[in-house]
Amino acid sequence: MIEFVLDARSKVNTYVQLIQQVKQALRVGLLVPGDQLPKVRDVAQSLAINPNTVLKAYRELEIEGLVEGRPGVGTFVRRTLGGPPVADQAELRADLVAWLGRARAAGLSPEDVIALVETTLRATLAAEAVRTQPASAG
Amino acid sequence: MDVALETEQLGKRYGKRWALQDCSLRLPTGRIVGLVGPNGAGKSTLLHLAVGLLRPDAGEVRLFGRSPYDNPAVLPDIGFVAQDTPLYRDFTAAELVQLGGRMNRRWDAALARERLAQLGIPPKLPVGRLSGGQRAQVALALALAKRPRLLLLDEPVASLDPLARREFLQSLMGSVTDSGTTVLLSSHLLADLERTCDHLVVLHSSRVRLAGAVDDLVDAHRQLVGPRHIGEPIAGVGTVVRARHTDRQSTLLARIDGVVDPEWTVHDVTLEDVILGYLADGETTVTRTDWEVPA
Repeated sequence: MIEFVLDARSKVNTYVQLIQQVKQALRVGLLVPGDQLPKVRDVAQSLAINPNTVLKAYRELEIEGLVEGRPGVGTFVRRTLGGPPVADQAELRADLVAWLGRARAAGLSPEDVIALVETTLRATLAAEAVRTQPASAG
Repeated sequence: MDVALETEQLGKRYGKRWALQDCSLRLPTGRIVGLVGPNGAGKSTLLHLAVGLLRPDAGEVRLFGRSPYDNPAVLPDIGFVAQDTPLYRDFTAAELVQLGGRMNRRWDAALARERLAQLGIPPKLPVGRLSGGQRAQVALALALAKRPRLLLLDEPVASLDPLARREFLQSLMGSVTDSGTTVLLSSHLLADLERTCDHLVVLHSSRVRLAGAVDDLVDAHRQLVGPRHIGEPIAGVGTVVRARHTDRQSTLLARIDGVVDPEWTVHDVTLEDVILGYLADGETTVTRTDWEVPA
């Protein structure tokens, strides 16, 4: 079972914050298929938020096919998100640590690293999208 | 859409002064409705009209389709916690639960006892000797024991410390999930309203300035920053709620109805931004000359 937290200063909508936390938990393997999400009542009570907000978040996750509601029982995880769980990513992580060492040696600050990762990620994804587009398109 | 509370051109006058005027609202069932406005805006008057404690001087109010004034038939449908949670201070919480059973046809004493036990409220102490937070919890438990279809709360957390306030809102949200009760809640605490309410009514100077579903209201408004604006229409902007100007720039809170003129930088707003915009919009009648200072 996971526990939600709210960032009251965030401009991100409360229900979006709940969705993001479920997705994050799915990505890092904290939630796996079959797991139950906290009951709507418990979330509404512990965070002192409107129960409709929780329902909206769960409904949205259901539409995305990530969870399913079983009437009278609760809401359960159907599938996971992203790649293999973090435990299986040790090798990638080790590569990344080594790369970060080189980045620091080259004088990059953490902000520089994040900016570089983001721009590279965007550029690579864009290039891949072009490559995988059917030749007949357009 | 089922309607819990409906008012039409509702008005209430104290002497010559209208405390509430031209108030037309429809509050759907199953919502948690926030009622916000400065002191003296008419919030308590509206709540008292809704529960039948006041007789309208104009227009109509209907609670689940019936007029509440002088109508005992609506009483079982209403739970009302008035400002400062008035209770008989010499009675213990256990006695108040018992008293409620004598005075109400529908009364879930077991529910009240269960709630109060969970909260650790001492049953045998006069409620006058409980803390403010505990008294508020007792008042809420009593109101919920009626199993009302509409629960009205007049600034229930205004006098509570931050911890008691959070605990009160937690029990309110938990119990509303269980019962599906429609809630109408007045408060000055915008951050609390933002968390708890999915519907909003803004009162100012005895009139309704804004009413609707929170998501729709937030979606419909933007903050615009652009060149100095002198009231000419802007593409994509329905109404300007509030405008602030410097010599070369204007900042507007606006209700938008399309794609906004690209000359303006458009920012999303929070519920708090919207509420503050509408509250600041109320007319001010005191001028600098009233204070005998240079204009």
